[in-house]
Amino acid sequence: MSAKQAGAAPPRPEPRGEQPELARRVVSGEARAVARLISGLEDGDPAAAAALAALRGSRGRAHVVGVTGPPGSGKSTLCDKMIAELRGRGLRVGILAVDPSSPFSGGAILGDRLRMQRHALDEGVFIRSLASRGRLGGLSRATAAAARALEAAGYDWVIVETVGVGQSEVEIVKMADTVVLVSVPGLGDDIQVIKAGVMEIGDVFVVNKADREGADRVVREIRGMLEMAAGLAWARAEAAHHGPAPGSAAGSVAGPGAGGLPELPLDAEGHPVLPPILKTVAETGEGCAGLVDAVIEHRRRASESGALASRRLEAARAEMRSLIAYRLLDLLEGERGRGVEDSLARAVASGDQDPYSAAEELLAALSKGAIA
Amino acid sequence: MDRKIRILVAKPGLDGHDRGAKVMARAFRDDGMEVVYTGLRQTPEQIVQAAIQEDVDVVAMSILSGAHNHLFPRVTELLAAKGVDDVLVVGGGVIPEDDYEFLKSKGVAAIFGPGTPTKTTIDFIRANLKRK
Ligand SMILES: Nc1nc2c(ncn2[C@@H]2O[C@H](COP(=O)(O)OP(=O)(O)OP(=O)(O)O)[C@@H](O)[C@H]2O)c(=O)[nH]1
Ligand SMILES: [Mg+2]
Repeated sequence: MSAKQAGAAPPRPEPRGEQPELARRVVSGEARAVARLISGLEDGDPAAAAALAALRGSRGRAHVVGVTGPPGSGKSTLCDKMIAELRGRGLRVGILAVDPSSPFSGGAILGDRLRMQRHALDEGVFIRSLASRGRLGGLSRATAAAARALEAAGYDWVIVETVGVGQSEVEIVKMADTVVLVSVPGLGDDIQVIKAGVMEIGDVFVVNKADREGADRVVREIRGMLEMAAGLAWARAEAAHHGPAPGSAAGSVAGPGAGGLPELPLDAEGHPVLPPILKTVAETGEGCAGLVDAVIEHRRRASESGALASRRLEAARAEMRSLIAYRLLDLLEGERGRGVEDSLARAVASGDQDPYSAAEELLAALSKGAIA
Repeated sequence: MDRKIRILVAKPGLDGHDRGAKVMARAFRDDGMEVVYTGLRQTPEQIVQAAIQEDVDVVAMSILSGAHNHLFPRVTELLAAKGVDDVLVVGGGVIPEDDYEFLKSKGVAAIFGPGTPTKTTIDFIRANLKRK
Protein backbone atom coordinates (compact mmCIF):
# COMPACT_ATOMS: atom_id res chain seq x y z
CA MET A 1 0.00 0.00 0.00
CA SER A 2 1.42 3.43 -0.86
CA ALA A 3 1.95 6.10 1.80
CA LYS A 4 -0.75 8.21 0.22
CA GLN A 5 -3.33 5.48 0.54
CA ALA A 6 -2.25 4.60 4.07
CA GLY A 7 -3.85 7.66 5.63
CA ALA A 8 -7.14 7.32 3.76
CA ALA A 9 -10.03 5.16 4.74
CA PRO A 10 -9.35 1.57 3.77
CA PRO A 11 -10.69 1.00 0.28
CA ARG A 12 -13.75 -1.17 0.09
CA PRO A 13 -12.78 -4.62 -0.97
CA GLU A 14 -13.05 -4.66 -4.73
CA PRO A 15 -15.29 -7.48 -5.89
CA ARG A 16 -12.47 -9.56 -7.27
CA GLY A 17 -12.28 -10.20 -10.98
CA GLU A 18 -15.41 -11.53 -12.60
CA GLN A 19 -17.16 -12.88 -9.49
CA PRO A 20 -20.43 -11.01 -9.54
CA GLU A 21 -20.36 -11.14 -13.32
CA LEU A 22 -19.82 -14.90 -13.25
CA ALA A 23 -22.64 -15.37 -10.75
CA ARG A 24 -24.93 -13.22 -12.86
CA ARG A 25 -24.14 -15.25 -15.96
CA VAL A 26 -24.77 -18.50 -14.08
CA VAL A 27 -28.18 -17.30 -12.93
CA SER A 28 -29.04 -16.34 -16.49
CA GLY A 29 -28.34 -19.96 -17.37
CA GLU A 30 -25.33 -19.33 -19.60
CA ALA A 31 -23.75 -22.74 -20.17
CA ARG A 32 -20.18 -21.50 -20.44
CA ALA A 33 -20.43 -19.67 -17.14
CA VAL A 34 -21.91 -22.69 -15.39
CA ALA A 35 -19.14 -24.85 -16.84
CA ARG A 36 -16.41 -22.42 -15.77
CA LEU A 37 -17.84 -22.16 -12.28
CA ILE A 38 -17.84 -25.93 -11.89
CA SER A 39 -14.23 -26.12 -13.08
CA GLY A 40 -13.22 -23.47 -10.60
CA LEU A 41 -14.94 -25.34 -7.80
CA GLU A 42 -13.16 -28.54 -8.80
CA ASP A 43 -9.81 -26.83 -8.86
CA GLY A 44 -10.39 -25.21 -5.47
CA ASP A 45 -10.32 -21.73 -6.99
CA PRO A 46 -11.30 -19.15 -4.32
CA ALA A 47 -12.97 -16.99 -6.98
CA ALA A 48 -15.35 -19.83 -7.75
CA ALA A 49 -16.18 -20.25 -4.08
CA ALA A 50 -16.97 -16.54 -3.93
CA ALA A 51 -19.21 -16.78 -6.98
CA LEU A 52 -21.03 -19.68 -5.37
CA ALA A 53 -21.56 -17.58 -2.26
CA ALA A 54 -23.28 -14.99 -4.40
CA LEU A 55 -25.69 -17.69 -5.61
CA ARG A 56 -26.87 -18.94 -2.26
CA GLY A 57 -30.41 -17.60 -2.66
CA SER A 58 -31.40 -20.48 -4.88
CA ARG A 59 -30.66 -23.25 -2.39
CA GLY A 60 -33.37 -25.83 -2.12
CA ARG A 61 -34.99 -25.23 -5.48
CA ALA A 62 -33.69 -28.30 -7.25
CA HIS A 63 -34.33 -31.90 -6.39
CA VAL A 64 -30.98 -33.66 -6.11
CA VAL A 65 -31.17 -37.32 -7.10
CA GLY A 66 -28.31 -39.75 -6.63
CA VAL A 67 -28.15 -42.72 -9.00
CA THR A 68 -25.74 -45.38 -7.86
CA GLY A 69 -25.09 -49.07 -8.43
CA PRO A 70 -22.49 -51.52 -9.69
CA PRO A 71 -20.31 -50.77 -12.73
CA GLY A 72 -22.15 -51.38 -15.98
CA SER A 73 -25.57 -51.76 -14.37
CA GLY A 74 -27.05 -49.21 -16.75
CA LYS A 75 -26.95 -46.06 -14.63
CA SER A 76 -26.04 -43.74 -17.49
CA THR A 77 -28.62 -45.32 -19.77
CA LEU A 78 -31.22 -44.84 -17.03
CA CYS A 79 -30.15 -41.21 -16.67
CA ASP A 80 -30.58 -40.75 -20.42
CA LYS A 81 -34.14 -42.05 -20.22
CA MET A 82 -34.93 -40.04 -17.11
CA ILE A 83 -33.74 -36.91 -18.89
CA ALA A 84 -36.10 -37.64 -21.77
CA GLU A 85 -38.99 -38.26 -19.38
CA LEU A 86 -38.32 -35.12 -17.35
CA ARG A 87 -37.94 -32.97 -20.45
CA GLY A 88 -41.28 -34.31 -21.61
CA ARG A 89 -42.72 -32.97 -18.36
CA GLY A 90 -41.18 -29.57 -19.03
CA LEU A 91 -38.44 -29.83 -16.41
CA ARG A 92 -34.82 -28.74 -16.84
CA VAL A 93 -32.22 -31.34 -15.93
CA GLY A 94 -28.60 -31.10 -14.83
CA ILE A 95 -26.44 -34.21 -14.75
CA LEU A 96 -23.24 -34.71 -12.81
CA ALA A 97 -21.59 -37.97 -13.81
CA VAL A 98 -18.73 -38.95 -11.53
CA ASP A 99 -16.15 -41.53 -12.59
CA PRO A 100 -13.10 -42.61 -10.65
CA SER A 101 -9.69 -41.14 -11.37
CA SER A 102 -6.85 -43.53 -12.03
CA PRO A 103 -4.83 -43.87 -8.85
CA PHE A 104 -1.72 -44.28 -10.99
CA SER A 105 -1.83 -41.40 -13.42
CA GLY A 106 -4.44 -39.17 -11.81
CA GLY A 107 -6.19 -39.11 -15.18
CA ALA A 108 -9.64 -40.46 -15.93
CA ILE A 109 -11.82 -41.65 -18.76
CA LEU A 110 -15.23 -40.12 -18.34
CA GLY A 111 -17.59 -42.22 -20.44
CA ASP A 112 -21.01 -41.64 -18.94
CA ARG A 113 -21.78 -38.74 -21.21
CA LEU A 114 -21.63 -41.06 -24.20
CA ARG A 115 -25.02 -42.53 -23.29
CA MET A 116 -26.70 -39.14 -22.88
CA GLN A 117 -25.11 -37.29 -25.76
CA ARG A 118 -28.37 -37.16 -27.74
CA HIS A 119 -29.46 -34.45 -25.29
CA ALA A 120 -26.35 -32.34 -25.97
CA LEU A 121 -28.21 -29.80 -28.05
CA ASP A 122 -31.15 -29.45 -25.68
CA GLU A 123 -30.81 -26.12 -23.87
CA GLY A 124 -32.76 -27.55 -20.96
CA VAL A 125 -30.12 -30.18 -20.26
CA PHE A 126 -26.64 -29.68 -18.86
CA ILE A 127 -24.32 -32.66 -18.61
CA ARG A 128 -21.02 -32.49 -16.82
CA SER A 129 -18.56 -35.32 -16.23
CA LEU A 130 -16.44 -35.18 -13.11
CA ALA A 131 -13.43 -37.25 -12.18
CA SER A 132 -13.38 -38.24 -8.53
CA ARG A 133 -9.77 -37.07 -8.22
CA GLY A 134 -9.76 -39.35 -5.21
CA ARG A 135 -7.98 -37.17 -2.69
CA LEU A 136 -10.69 -37.80 -0.13
CA GLY A 137 -13.34 -40.44 -0.64
CA GLY A 138 -15.07 -41.37 -3.84
CA LEU A 139 -16.74 -38.17 -4.95
CA SER A 140 -15.06 -35.21 -6.51
CA ARG A 141 -14.55 -32.36 -4.03
CA ALA A 142 -16.87 -30.20 -6.01
CA THR A 143 -19.79 -32.55 -6.55
CA ALA A 144 -22.06 -30.97 -3.96
CA ALA A 145 -21.00 -27.48 -4.95
CA ALA A 146 -21.49 -28.27 -8.64
CA ALA A 147 -25.04 -29.36 -7.80
CA ARG A 148 -25.55 -25.91 -6.25
CA ALA A 149 -24.22 -24.27 -9.37
CA LEU A 150 -26.69 -26.20 -11.54
CA GLU A 151 -29.49 -25.39 -9.14
CA ALA A 152 -28.65 -21.71 -9.34
CA ALA A 153 -28.65 -21.94 -13.13
CA GLY A 154 -32.28 -23.06 -12.97
CA TYR A 155 -32.12 -26.81 -13.39
CA ASP A 156 -35.10 -28.41 -11.65
CA TRP A 157 -33.51 -31.79 -11.18
CA VAL A 158 -29.84 -32.44 -10.59
CA ILE A 159 -29.02 -36.10 -11.11
CA VAL A 160 -25.69 -37.32 -9.77
CA GLU A 161 -24.44 -40.62 -11.18
CA THR A 162 -21.78 -42.41 -9.16
CA VAL A 163 -20.37 -45.90 -9.40
CA GLY A 164 -21.45 -47.92 -6.41
CA VAL A 165 -18.09 -49.17 -5.31
CA GLY A 166 -16.02 -48.10 -2.36
CA GLN A 167 -16.92 -44.85 -0.72
CA SER A 168 -18.84 -42.93 -3.31
CA GLU A 169 -22.27 -44.44 -2.69
CA VAL A 170 -22.00 -43.71 0.99
CA GLU A 171 -21.13 -40.13 0.20
CA ILE A 172 -23.88 -39.70 -2.36
CA VAL A 173 -26.50 -40.35 0.26
CA LYS A 174 -25.14 -37.39 2.18
CA MET A 175 -25.80 -34.99 -0.63
CA ALA A 176 -28.85 -36.38 -2.45
CA ASP A 177 -32.50 -35.76 -1.59
CA THR A 178 -33.42 -39.11 -3.12
CA VAL A 179 -31.09 -42.04 -3.78
CA VAL A 180 -31.89 -44.49 -6.58
CA LEU A 181 -30.05 -47.75 -6.04
CA VAL A 182 -29.61 -49.78 -9.23
CA SER A 183 -29.12 -53.55 -9.27
CA VAL A 184 -29.09 -56.01 -12.16
CA PRO A 185 -29.73 -59.71 -12.51
CA GLY A 186 -26.90 -62.04 -13.22
CA LEU A 187 -24.18 -60.72 -11.03
CA GLY A 188 -23.78 -64.34 -10.09
CA ASP A 189 -24.39 -64.05 -6.39
CA ASP A 190 -27.70 -64.59 -4.63
CA ILE A 191 -27.05 -62.06 -1.99
CA GLN A 192 -25.07 -59.56 -4.00
CA VAL A 193 -27.36 -56.78 -2.86
CA ILE A 194 -26.44 -57.48 0.71
CA LYS A 195 -22.80 -57.97 0.00
CA ALA A 196 -22.68 -54.66 -1.78
CA GLY A 197 -23.38 -53.30 1.68
CA VAL A 198 -25.35 -50.43 0.29
CA MET A 199 -28.91 -51.57 0.97
CA GLU A 200 -29.39 -48.95 3.61
CA ILE A 201 -28.96 -46.04 1.26
CA GLY A 202 -31.71 -46.68 -1.27
CA ASP A 203 -34.90 -44.62 -1.29
CA VAL A 204 -35.97 -46.14 -4.59
CA PHE A 205 -34.71 -49.55 -5.71
CA VAL A 206 -34.32 -50.32 -9.39
CA VAL A 207 -33.67 -53.69 -10.95
CA ASN A 208 -32.45 -52.72 -14.39
CA LYS A 209 -31.90 -55.03 -17.35
CA ALA A 210 -35.24 -56.60 -16.52
CA ASP A 211 -35.19 -58.01 -20.03
CA ARG A 212 -32.67 -60.51 -18.70
CA GLU A 213 -33.34 -63.65 -16.80
CA GLY A 214 -33.37 -63.44 -13.04
CA ALA A 215 -34.78 -59.95 -12.61
CA ASP A 216 -37.72 -61.21 -10.56
CA ARG A 217 -35.39 -63.07 -8.28
CA VAL A 218 -33.37 -59.93 -7.61
CA VAL A 219 -36.63 -58.12 -6.86
CA ARG A 220 -37.56 -60.86 -4.37
CA GLU A 221 -34.16 -60.71 -2.72
CA ILE A 222 -34.36 -56.98 -2.27
CA ARG A 223 -37.92 -57.24 -0.98
CA GLY A 224 -36.81 -59.90 1.46
CA MET A 225 -34.10 -57.64 2.77
CA LEU A 226 -36.46 -54.72 3.09
CA GLU A 227 -39.13 -56.78 4.82
CA MET A 228 -36.57 -57.98 7.28
CA ALA A 229 -35.76 -54.36 7.94
CA ALA A 230 -39.46 -53.58 8.19
CA GLY A 231 -39.94 -56.38 10.70
CA LEU A 232 -37.14 -54.99 12.76
CA ALA A 233 -38.54 -51.52 12.44
CA TRP A 234 -41.94 -52.74 13.50
CA ALA A 235 -40.49 -54.48 16.53
CA ARG A 236 -38.63 -51.38 17.48
CA ALA A 237 -41.67 -49.20 17.01
CA GLU A 238 -43.58 -51.53 19.32
CA ALA A 239 -40.81 -51.36 21.87
CA ALA A 240 -40.84 -47.59 21.58
CA HIS A 241 -44.38 -47.59 22.99
CA HIS A 242 -42.90 -48.85 26.20
CA GLY A 243 -39.83 -46.67 26.17
CA PRO A 244 -37.53 -45.05 23.66
CA ALA A 245 -35.81 -47.57 21.42
CA PRO A 246 -32.12 -46.97 21.66
CA GLY A 247 -30.66 -45.25 18.60
CA SER A 248 -33.95 -44.64 16.87
CA ALA A 249 -34.89 -41.23 15.58
CA ALA A 250 -38.40 -39.88 15.65
CA GLY A 251 -40.30 -40.78 12.50
CA SER A 252 -38.06 -43.66 11.55
CA VAL A 253 -36.59 -46.72 13.12
CA ALA A 254 -33.98 -49.36 12.44
CA GLY A 255 -31.03 -47.27 11.41
CA PRO A 256 -27.87 -48.44 9.76
CA GLY A 257 -26.96 -49.92 13.10
CA ALA A 258 -29.43 -52.72 12.46
CA GLY A 259 -26.98 -54.83 10.52
CA GLY A 260 -26.81 -52.53 7.52
CA LEU A 261 -30.55 -52.59 6.94
CA PRO A 262 -32.30 -49.54 5.66
CA GLU A 263 -33.78 -46.89 7.83
CA LEU A 264 -37.42 -47.05 6.83
CA PRO A 265 -39.84 -44.18 7.05
CA LEU A 266 -43.04 -44.77 9.00
CA ASP A 267 -46.56 -44.03 7.86
CA ALA A 268 -49.16 -42.24 9.95
CA GLU A 269 -49.96 -45.41 11.92
CA GLY A 270 -46.32 -46.00 12.65
CA HIS A 271 -45.97 -48.82 10.15
CA PRO A 272 -42.73 -48.93 8.22
CA VAL A 273 -43.11 -48.01 4.56
CA LEU A 274 -41.19 -50.20 2.16
CA PRO A 275 -39.32 -48.27 -0.51
CA PRO A 276 -40.49 -49.06 -4.04
CA ILE A 277 -38.70 -51.72 -6.06
CA LEU A 278 -39.03 -51.11 -9.78
CA LYS A 279 -38.06 -53.17 -12.77
CA THR A 280 -36.65 -51.22 -15.71
CA VAL A 281 -35.19 -51.84 -19.11
CA ALA A 282 -33.13 -48.73 -19.55
CA GLU A 283 -32.21 -49.70 -23.06
CA THR A 284 -35.83 -49.35 -24.23
CA GLY A 285 -37.03 -46.92 -21.59
CA GLU A 286 -39.46 -49.42 -20.10
CA GLY A 287 -40.28 -48.49 -16.51
CA CYS A 288 -38.41 -45.21 -16.65
CA ALA A 289 -41.49 -42.99 -16.36
CA GLY A 290 -42.42 -45.02 -13.30
CA LEU A 291 -38.96 -44.37 -11.90
CA VAL A 292 -39.42 -40.64 -12.27
CA ASP A 293 -42.82 -40.93 -10.55
CA ALA A 294 -41.30 -42.93 -7.70
CA VAL A 295 -38.62 -40.29 -7.12
CA ILE A 296 -41.26 -37.56 -7.10
CA GLU A 297 -43.34 -39.59 -4.65
CA HIS A 298 -40.33 -40.07 -2.39
CA ARG A 299 -39.70 -36.39 -2.42
CA ARG A 300 -43.31 -35.60 -1.59
CA ARG A 301 -43.35 -37.94 1.39
CA ALA A 302 -39.94 -36.84 2.63
CA SER A 303 -40.93 -33.24 2.33
CA GLU A 304 -44.18 -33.78 4.26
CA SER A 305 -42.59 -35.85 7.01
CA GLY A 306 -39.73 -33.47 7.53
CA ALA A 307 -37.23 -36.12 6.48
CA LEU A 308 -36.12 -33.98 3.56
CA ALA A 309 -35.31 -31.06 5.82
CA SER A 310 -33.32 -33.20 8.21
CA ARG A 311 -31.48 -34.84 5.35
CA ARG A 312 -30.54 -31.46 3.97
CA LEU A 313 -29.30 -30.45 7.39
CA GLU A 314 -27.07 -33.51 7.41
CA ALA A 315 -25.99 -32.71 3.87
CA ALA A 316 -24.95 -29.22 4.95
CA ARG A 317 -22.98 -30.68 7.82
CA ALA A 318 -21.27 -33.23 5.56
CA GLU A 319 -20.43 -30.61 2.98
CA MET A 320 -18.84 -28.30 5.54
CA ARG A 321 -16.77 -31.15 6.92
CA SER A 322 -15.63 -32.11 3.48
CA LEU A 323 -14.65 -28.51 2.74
CA ILE A 324 -12.65 -28.36 5.94
CA ALA A 325 -10.92 -31.61 5.09
CA TYR A 326 -10.03 -30.33 1.63
CA ARG A 327 -8.91 -27.01 3.04
CA LEU A 328 -6.57 -28.83 5.41
CA LEU A 329 -5.23 -30.92 2.54
CA ASP A 330 -4.68 -27.81 0.46
CA LEU A 331 -2.73 -26.26 3.33
CA LEU A 332 -0.70 -29.40 3.91
CA GLU A 333 0.07 -29.76 0.23
CA GLY A 334 0.99 -26.11 -0.21
CA GLU A 335 4.68 -25.29 -0.44
CA ARG A 336 5.11 -24.22 3.16
CA GLY A 337 2.79 -26.90 4.46
CA ARG A 338 4.92 -29.52 2.86
CA GLY A 339 7.99 -28.03 4.53
CA VAL A 340 6.54 -28.26 8.03
CA GLU A 341 5.08 -31.66 7.32
CA ASP A 342 8.36 -32.96 5.90
CA SER A 343 10.40 -32.01 8.93
CA LEU A 344 7.82 -33.46 11.32
CA ALA A 345 7.55 -36.63 9.23
CA ARG A 346 11.32 -37.00 9.35
CA ALA A 347 11.28 -36.62 13.10
CA VAL A 348 8.57 -39.27 13.44
CA ALA A 349 10.25 -41.66 11.01
CA SER A 350 13.57 -41.43 12.81
CA GLY A 351 11.93 -41.97 16.17
CA ASP A 352 12.82 -38.53 17.51
CA GLN A 353 9.17 -37.61 17.90
CA ASP A 354 5.96 -39.56 18.42
CA PRO A 355 3.28 -39.26 15.72
CA TYR A 356 0.66 -37.93 18.13
CA SER A 357 2.59 -34.88 19.24
CA ALA A 358 3.77 -34.34 15.67
CA ALA A 359 0.17 -34.37 14.40
CA GLU A 360 -0.78 -31.91 17.18
CA GLU A 361 2.08 -29.67 16.19
CA LEU A 362 1.10 -29.79 12.54
CA LEU A 363 -2.52 -29.05 13.38
CA ALA A 364 -1.49 -26.14 15.58
CA ALA A 365 0.68 -24.75 12.79
CA LEU A 366 -2.22 -25.07 10.36
CA SER A 367 -4.75 -23.43 12.62
CA LYS A 368 -2.39 -20.56 13.35
CA GLY A 369 -2.24 -20.05 9.64
CA ALA A 370 1.52 -20.49 9.95
CA ILE A 371 1.64 -22.44 6.75
CA ALA A 372 -1.32 -20.98 4.94
CA MET B 1 -5.06 -25.61 -6.80
CA ASP B 2 -4.70 -28.68 -8.92
CA ARG B 3 -5.58 -27.90 -12.52
CA LYS B 4 -6.08 -30.98 -14.65
CA ILE B 5 -6.02 -30.97 -18.41
CA ARG B 6 -9.50 -31.86 -19.65
CA ILE B 7 -9.82 -33.19 -23.16
CA LEU B 8 -12.82 -34.14 -25.27
CA VAL B 9 -12.28 -37.10 -27.58
CA ALA B 10 -14.88 -37.15 -30.30
CA LYS B 11 -15.64 -38.94 -33.53
CA PRO B 12 -17.46 -36.65 -35.93
CA GLY B 13 -19.04 -38.02 -39.04
CA LEU B 14 -20.46 -41.32 -39.96
CA ASP B 15 -17.64 -43.81 -39.74
CA GLY B 16 -18.43 -46.55 -37.30
CA HIS B 17 -15.05 -47.41 -35.96
CA ASP B 18 -13.51 -45.91 -32.85
CA ARG B 19 -10.65 -48.16 -31.84
CA GLY B 20 -8.09 -45.45 -32.59
CA ALA B 21 -10.04 -42.87 -30.60
CA LYS B 22 -10.24 -45.24 -27.65
CA VAL B 23 -6.50 -45.93 -27.77
CA MET B 24 -5.89 -42.19 -27.70
CA ALA B 25 -8.36 -41.74 -24.83
CA ARG B 26 -6.42 -44.26 -22.78
CA ALA B 27 -3.09 -42.68 -23.63
CA PHE B 28 -4.40 -39.27 -22.51
CA ARG B 29 -5.69 -40.77 -19.28
CA ASP B 30 -2.39 -42.51 -18.62
CA ASP B 31 -0.75 -39.15 -19.06
CA GLY B 32 -2.90 -37.74 -16.26
CA MET B 33 -5.58 -36.03 -18.32
CA GLU B 34 -9.32 -36.17 -17.74
CA VAL B 35 -10.82 -37.53 -20.93
CA VAL B 36 -14.45 -37.03 -21.84
CA TYR B 37 -15.33 -39.62 -24.43
CA THR B 38 -18.44 -38.85 -26.47
CA GLY B 39 -18.47 -41.79 -28.83
CA LEU B 40 -19.30 -42.25 -32.46
CA ARG B 41 -21.22 -40.22 -35.02
CA GLN B 42 -21.14 -36.87 -33.35
CA THR B 43 -22.28 -33.79 -35.17
CA PRO B 44 -20.07 -30.69 -34.91
CA GLU B 45 -22.89 -29.06 -32.93
CA GLN B 46 -22.90 -31.86 -30.37
CA ILE B 47 -19.13 -31.76 -30.08
CA VAL B 48 -19.11 -28.03 -29.44
CA GLN B 49 -21.91 -28.19 -26.89
CA ALA B 50 -20.12 -30.99 -25.05
CA ALA B 51 -16.85 -29.04 -25.15
CA ILE B 52 -18.58 -26.07 -23.55
CA GLN B 53 -20.43 -27.97 -20.83
CA GLU B 54 -17.39 -30.07 -20.01
CA ASP B 55 -15.19 -26.96 -20.06
CA VAL B 56 -12.36 -28.79 -21.80
CA ASP B 57 -8.96 -27.42 -22.69
CA VAL B 58 -8.66 -29.56 -25.79
CA VAL B 59 -10.96 -31.03 -28.43
CA ALA B 60 -9.37 -34.02 -30.14
CA MET B 61 -11.26 -35.40 -33.12
CA SER B 62 -10.57 -38.40 -35.23
CA ILE B 63 -12.11 -39.12 -38.56
CA LEU B 64 -11.73 -41.91 -41.10
CA SER B 65 -14.55 -41.18 -43.50
CA GLY B 66 -12.89 -38.42 -45.50
CA ALA B 67 -15.26 -35.66 -44.39
CA HIS B 68 -12.56 -33.88 -42.39
CA ASN B 69 -12.39 -30.82 -44.65
CA HIS B 70 -16.02 -30.18 -43.88
CA LEU B 71 -16.42 -31.34 -40.28
CA PHE B 72 -13.23 -30.08 -38.61
CA PRO B 73 -13.66 -26.47 -39.80
CA ARG B 74 -17.31 -26.62 -38.80
CA VAL B 75 -16.25 -27.37 -35.22
CA THR B 76 -13.73 -24.52 -35.10
CA GLU B 77 -16.30 -22.14 -36.63
CA LEU B 78 -18.97 -23.09 -34.13
CA LEU B 79 -16.54 -22.71 -31.25
CA ALA B 80 -15.61 -19.25 -32.49
CA ALA B 81 -19.26 -18.35 -32.94
CA LYS B 82 -19.88 -19.26 -29.30
CA GLY B 83 -16.98 -17.05 -28.25
CA VAL B 84 -14.83 -19.98 -27.23
CA ASP B 85 -11.30 -18.94 -28.08
CA ASP B 86 -9.25 -20.83 -25.53
CA VAL B 87 -9.76 -24.42 -26.64
CA LEU B 88 -7.01 -26.21 -28.53
CA VAL B 89 -8.40 -28.24 -31.45
CA VAL B 90 -6.42 -31.15 -32.88
CA GLY B 91 -7.31 -33.84 -35.38
CA GLY B 92 -6.30 -37.31 -36.34
CA GLY B 93 -7.32 -40.26 -38.44
CA VAL B 94 -6.92 -40.88 -42.12
CA ILE B 95 -6.24 -37.46 -43.60
CA PRO B 96 -4.15 -36.77 -46.71
CA GLU B 97 -1.17 -34.56 -45.99
CA ASP B 98 -2.32 -32.25 -48.76
CA ASP B 99 -5.21 -31.20 -46.53
CA TYR B 100 -3.10 -30.33 -43.45
CA GLU B 101 -2.44 -26.73 -44.49
CA PHE B 102 -6.08 -26.06 -45.23
CA LEU B 103 -7.17 -27.49 -41.87
CA LYS B 104 -4.53 -25.49 -40.01
CA SER B 105 -5.75 -22.33 -41.71
CA LYS B 106 -9.16 -23.19 -40.31
CA GLY B 107 -7.90 -23.34 -36.75
CA VAL B 108 -7.07 -27.02 -36.33
CA ALA B 109 -3.73 -26.68 -34.56
CA ALA B 110 -2.26 -30.00 -35.66
CA ILE B 111 -3.13 -33.18 -37.49
CA PHE B 112 -1.73 -36.50 -36.34
CA GLY B 113 -1.76 -39.21 -38.97
CA PRO B 114 -1.98 -42.94 -38.37
CA GLY B 115 1.07 -44.33 -36.61
CA THR B 116 1.92 -41.08 -34.84
CA PRO B 117 3.41 -42.07 -31.46
CA THR B 118 0.94 -41.09 -28.74
CA LYS B 119 3.76 -39.24 -27.01
CA THR B 120 4.07 -36.88 -29.99
CA THR B 121 0.41 -35.96 -29.69
CA ILE B 122 0.57 -35.58 -25.93
CA ASP B 123 3.71 -33.44 -26.05
CA PHE B 124 2.12 -31.21 -28.67
CA ILE B 125 -1.00 -30.77 -26.57
CA ARG B 126 0.89 -29.99 -23.40
CA ALA B 127 3.07 -27.43 -25.22
CA ASN B 128 0.21 -25.71 -27.01
CA LEU B 129 -2.60 -25.39 -24.47
CA LYS B 130 -4.35 -22.07 -24.82
CA ARG B 131 -5.49 -21.97 -21.21
CA LYS B 132 -2.86 -22.14 -18.54
N1 LIG C 1 -29.93 -55.82 -21.78
C1 LIG C 1 -29.89 -54.61 -21.27
N2 LIG C 1 -28.76 -53.89 -21.36
C2 LIG C 1 -28.74 -52.67 -20.81
C3 LIG C 1 -29.86 -52.12 -20.16
N3 LIG C 1 -29.53 -50.89 -19.71
C4 LIG C 1 -28.25 -50.68 -20.08
N4 LIG C 1 -27.77 -51.73 -20.75
C5 LIG C 1 -26.43 -51.89 -21.32
O1 LIG C 1 -25.50 -52.04 -20.26
C6 LIG C 1 -24.26 -51.45 -20.64
C7 LIG C 1 -23.81 -50.47 -19.57
O2 LIG C 1 -24.71 -49.39 -19.55
P1 LIG C 1 -24.34 -48.01 -18.86
O3 LIG C 1 -25.56 -47.18 -18.88
O4 LIG C 1 -23.12 -47.45 -19.44
O5 LIG C 1 -24.04 -48.51 -17.39
P2 LIG C 1 -23.42 -47.69 -16.17
O6 LIG C 1 -23.97 -48.27 -14.94
O7 LIG C 1 -23.63 -46.24 -16.38
O8 LIG C 1 -21.87 -48.04 -16.33
P3 LIG C 1 -20.65 -47.35 -15.55
O9 LIG C 1 -20.91 -45.88 -15.49
O10 LIG C 1 -19.48 -47.70 -16.41
O11 LIG C 1 -20.60 -47.97 -14.19
C8 LIG C 1 -24.47 -50.81 -21.99
O12 LIG C 1 -23.98 -51.66 -22.98
C9 LIG C 1 -25.96 -50.66 -22.07
O13 LIG C 1 -26.42 -50.66 -23.41
C10 LIG C 1 -31.05 -52.89 -20.08
O14 LIG C 1 -32.06 -52.51 -19.51
N5 LIG C 1 -31.01 -54.14 -20.65
MG1 LIG D 1 -22.22 -44.72 -16.38
